[in-house]
Amino acid sequence: MSTSTTLEAPNTGTWDGGNEPMKASYGKLMMWFFLLSDAFTFGAFLIVYGLSRHKHLPYTGEPEAFTFSTEWWPIPEKVFNAFPGLHGVDLPLAFVALMTMILILSSVTMVLAVEAGHRMDKNDVQKWLLWTILFGATFLGCQAWEWTHFITGDDTGMLLADGTRVFGANLTLNQYGPPLFADLFFFITGFHGTHVLSGVVLLIMIFINTVNGVYHKRGHYEMVEKVGLYWHFVDLVWVFVFTFFYLI
Amino acid sequence: MATHHDHDYNTTGEIPKPQTKAIWRTFIILVGLTAVEFLFAFTMDAGTLRNAIFIILTIFKAFYIVGEFMHLKHETKALIWSVLIPMALVAWLMVALIAEGSYYFESVTNYFK
Repeated sequence: MSTSTTLEAPNTGTWDGGNEPMKASYGKLMMWFFLLSDAFTFGAFLIVYGLSRHKHLPYTGEPEAFTFSTEWWPIPEKVFNAFPGLHGVDLPLAFVALMTMILILSSVTMVLAVEAGHRMDKNDVQKWLLWTILFGATFLGCQAWEWTHFITGDDTGMLLADGTRVFGANLTLNQYGPPLFADLFFFITGFHGTHVLSGVVLLIMIFINTVNGVYHKRGHYEMVEKVGLYWHFVDLVWVFVFTFFYLI
Repeated sequence: MATHHDHDYNTTGEIPKPQTKAIWRTFIILVGLTAVEFLFAFTMDAGTLRNAIFIILTIFKAFYIVGEFMHLKHETKALIWSVLIPMALVAWLMVALIAEGSYYFESVTNYFK
């Protein structure tokens, strides 16, 4: 029994996909325009964040004297200062820095997989895709931890006017400041996390296809490139979320 | 049959050496810019100037991710502009609505006292 692969003759007619507008294949162009529409969605989230933030009182006092209050928008350094395994240690933004590093690294391994695909190097594509899946899953794990911490809160909590204390955050009550702050945290990082999750699923799919030699038989690794575009976009969004949510 | 498959993969000829210099250079730039952001976050007081520095560094990072990793820098001019012009409009919307947010806050706090 011999296995024979029959390749369909490439479509070269103008209306058959032979015409490549802007010198990019149909699949790549569609990925670009999908990402553009996705950027609008994330843009809308960040615009709402900016608008909500500017209609709340900013904290103007000394950062050391800051306490959580519904009166003003919280300082991110005081909210995101926990690190797994280091309970009670004040490490402002350290964990978020680690998450950013993991995502940038995953972007690098992804572009290395794409580069290997251009060289038709199946083993290298497999290797770098596996690293990307690993980093992506690690990022998701980090985010799960960060959410858990955000929801359960720290040891001090926030003192309400009636003398009770609230710990952690949900959609209506939050120890860090105005409820809108928690709502936007859940929406923005959650929407980004959903993208990372679907990105990891796509990566696993193309990894399986690569191992089975699907792309090698096809003669090109363009599917890796298309999923790569999606993955870099997730990293790109994080760069903006990081600046607007955690730094500013 | 299995050997036949293995044979298939190996008949593609010599696999060229990886060209990864630009990729690692971009990686170093991205990590460096993030480190600079942290430097400013801890050594500088919060304010408009610090926020402006953060936004400028973010735009630089976005440029390297989109340009090098997503390869947009090397696409045709038509593709570059058809992605950049809509994004420029979104950026403008952001500036406009944040200004509106400040105005809205002013109105709520001052006019309805």
